[in-house]
Amino acid sequence: MSAVAPLLRVEGVSKSFRGLLALNDVSFDVVERGIAALIGPNGAGKTTLFNVIAGVFPPDSGHVRLGEADITGERPDRICHAGIGRTFQIVKPFAQMTVLENVTVAALHGAGTVAEATQSARGFLEMLELDTRAAQHAANLTLPDRKRLEVARALATGPRLLLLDEVMAGLRPSETDRMVATLRRLRDDTGLTILLIEHVMRAVMALSEHITVLHHGEKISEGTPETIVRDPAVLECYLGDQDL
Amino acid sequence: MDFWTLANAVASGLLIGLVYGLSALGLSVIFGVIRIVNFAHGEIMVMGMFFALLMFRWLGLDPLLSVPLAAALMFGFGYVLQLAVVSRVSHLPEHMQFLLLAAIAIMIVSALLLVFGPDAQGVEVDYAWDSFAVGELIIDYPKMFAAIGAIVVASLLLAFFKYTTTGKAIRACADNRMGAQVVGLNVSRLYALTFGIGAACLGAAGAIILLLFEAHPYLAPGYTLLAFVIVIIGGLGSLFGALVGGILIGVSEALAAVLFQPSMKTAFSFALLILVLLLRPQGLLGKAVR
Amino acid sequence: MTAVRRFFGPLSPAGLWLGGAFLLLLLLLPWWGGSYIMTVATTVFYLALVGQSWNLMLGFAGLLSIGHALFVGIGAYTAAYLFAAVGLPPAVGVLPAIGLAVLMGLLIGYLGFRFAIGGVYFALLTIAFAEFVRVVIDHVSWLGATEGFFLKVSEADRHGIDLANLRGAPEMYYYLIMALALGALVLCRYLLRSRLGYYWQAIRDDAGAAEALGVNVLRYKMYAVAISSGMAGVAGVFYAFYQNSLFPEIVFNIERSIEATLGSIVGGVGTLFGPIFGTFILTPLGEIVTEAIDLLKHWHVIDPETKLDGLKLLIWGFIVVLIVLFKPKGLWPWVCVRLRLTRPEAEG
Repeated sequence: MSAVAPLLRVEGVSKSFRGLLALNDVSFDVVERGIAALIGPNGAGKTTLFNVIAGVFPPDSGHVRLGEADITGERPDRICHAGIGRTFQIVKPFAQMTVLENVTVAALHGAGTVAEATQSARGFLEMLELDTRAAQHAANLTLPDRKRLEVARALATGPRLLLLDEVMAGLRPSETDRMVATLRRLRDDTGLTILLIEHVMRAVMALSEHITVLHHGEKISEGTPETIVRDPAVLECYLGDQDL
Repeated sequence: MDFWTLANAVASGLLIGLVYGLSALGLSVIFGVIRIVNFAHGEIMVMGMFFALLMFRWLGLDPLLSVPLAAALMFGFGYVLQLAVVSRVSHLPEHMQFLLLAAIAIMIVSALLLVFGPDAQGVEVDYAWDSFAVGELIIDYPKMFAAIGAIVVASLLLAFFKYTTTGKAIRACADNRMGAQVVGLNVSRLYALTFGIGAACLGAAGAIILLLFEAHPYLAPGYTLLAFVIVIIGGLGSLFGALVGGILIGVSEALAAVLFQPSMKTAFSFALLILVLLLRPQGLLGKAVR
Repeated sequence: MTAVRRFFGPLSPAGLWLGGAFLLLLLLLPWWGGSYIMTVATTVFYLALVGQSWNLMLGFAGLLSIGHALFVGIGAYTAAYLFAAVGLPPAVGVLPAIGLAVLMGLLIGYLGFRFAIGGVYFALLTIAFAEFVRVVIDHVSWLGATEGFFLKVSEADRHGIDLANLRGAPEMYYYLIMALALGALVLCRYLLRSRLGYYWQAIRDDAGAAEALGVNVLRYKMYAVAISSGMAGVAGVFYAFYQNSLFPEIVFNIERSIEATLGSIVGGVGTLFGPIFGTFILTPLGEIVTEAIDLLKHWHVIDPETKLDGLKLLIWGFIVVLIVLFKPKGLWPWVCVRLRLTRPEAEG
């Protein structure tokens, strides 16, 4: 695995809000075509890190690189064009648009016409098992469907790297398994790289090849799933936590 | 243009600016807590003016003595408005709330027009033309009393937010609505209180400003706009910023009147607004977002 | 026929027939309506055009303008001045009129959106600029200042058709504004289905998510402002040559801006037909109220001396309050469902 070049490099990223240190000198790599996970207790800084990578706000210090390009502090739309698609933990559907239109918006960037974008959007809806909901307004979706919509939209932007923020939360175990299978198939078929934040350990363990553990904004451990579950530091921070 | 002419303009602008500041405070309080831009701002203030006018006509009450009454009346109006109407649209997008208040504003102006007619009507107090001099600086009594009134009401308000339990609870609400609910604060009551307090500021400001200007219904949109300009300059949601912005606008209007023409004074305020937005978009005393 | 049905929406057959019949009635209006009805109908289409422009900003892109009279007024003054000063016919003058209105829109947009502080700023700026421009024109003597700016009309101008100079019979103005309003409707439908429309609606619903999906939010907001203010500028040119007199006090009055919003709010913000439907209800309603009051005064039910200046606006305000409280999506989607004008889920 060490032979593969990293697609995403997070280098010494720090970020504080009103003097509160949310991320402290966090570094890690995600290899091309890899599936990596970011875990840690609530408030560990995982979503903050996603927001820094996706350009919602710039880090106070440190760098984010995608392939050769330094994307630190770029605007979110530019980062999307650079090849990072993301979902939001608190889902943000375009409520008054239909499900199909939601995904079409995302597909428009890579498409010449609206018709082309709509066509490709239908494909992503099918992939995420949302095709029966295509004509519904996004406001009327259930939470699991909204999570799927987030994934479909992020995929429709044609990313090289997909950032998934707790997309399995609220799914039933069988649905989780299907989502895991979909994501793995995507990686295998299209060479997509995936970085996910997840509390559902069943999914994390099944999917990820590499795990980074954050706690209080610091990286406390990283490695393969097998090494992570045996790491005393990880066990300590999760002690009493139902998830593990 | 000699020094004393300018100094007189600055002094008079400063005094009027304090009243403007008090009015803008009413807007800022409501926005800071409920996150609603009160489009009926000037209208509530003009209601205060007409109330003080009636008190003067019926009871011969000096507008300054009407201040507590006008404040109390408008408090009730604001309280009921928030509880019965505005709170019902809190789930709607921002612009719908805005439009609702704009519609209420139109209704208030039209109602005032129906009741009082379109003509300007003022009061004449005994000291209307009295003044005193400090060197060549001439201070009119009405302006000075108006400024003192504004300072007293504004201080009471700031003290209320700083020292009373209810004031602190409202501030907690402004910082974190969910948190306030979690610790058991009755948010909808606090919101109604806040709207009431904001409206009370306006009632007071209206009664006070009747000392200086004649009342008529079409003043209202102008006052609304003026308050918008002031709070954007001072910083949306900053209470102290509203006062500073008010003084700044008062002085700039007065200077514009002596340096150019009185009718150009609003253009001056807008120029100031654009300048602030270009250089410091969060307002002079506002906190930067992000 | 099916193409028309699909273009607008998808209209149901009933919707198409009803719409077609209504359109025919309006096309033949000069033959069945008197001059009073013509005037009202011209106003209706004029307000529908301004409303369509306003709705494009708020309903499509989520940008609230409460100073829309500004863009109308700039268009009006530009074309009127060029016509009076250098004899430029309005058919050409409409271009600089659009240009200036768009520039003003972009300036406000730039100031309001640059720091992403929130929608409130943009709204406040539109109204602030409307006031600012009014005060400035109050002091510009070559634009007539407060005394007003007048366009010469001769008696001969009131007959015939001179579209280039916008001089002619009332029927010409009626058909022109009707064509402009319907043109705006078609343009909006087209835009809504284009990349722009998709991006605007995404920004309206969630700017953060739109940005994450690669939409340059600032740029597309600016496009919305530019197109909307340009449309309003066109309406302004019509206004100038229809009224032939411009007063800053009237043109830039906040009431004009409010008027621009009312039809869309009543009809349904964000819907295609909402603005035009809303004005078709409101404007005649306003006229009926005025007529009713006159009648009541005539019959001495009300003392003829009573001044009821504010009553019309009071009723308008009340209607808006009711709509916002009880039908925040407007009447058009509701009517659509009731009369089965469109297929389900097509509007609203």
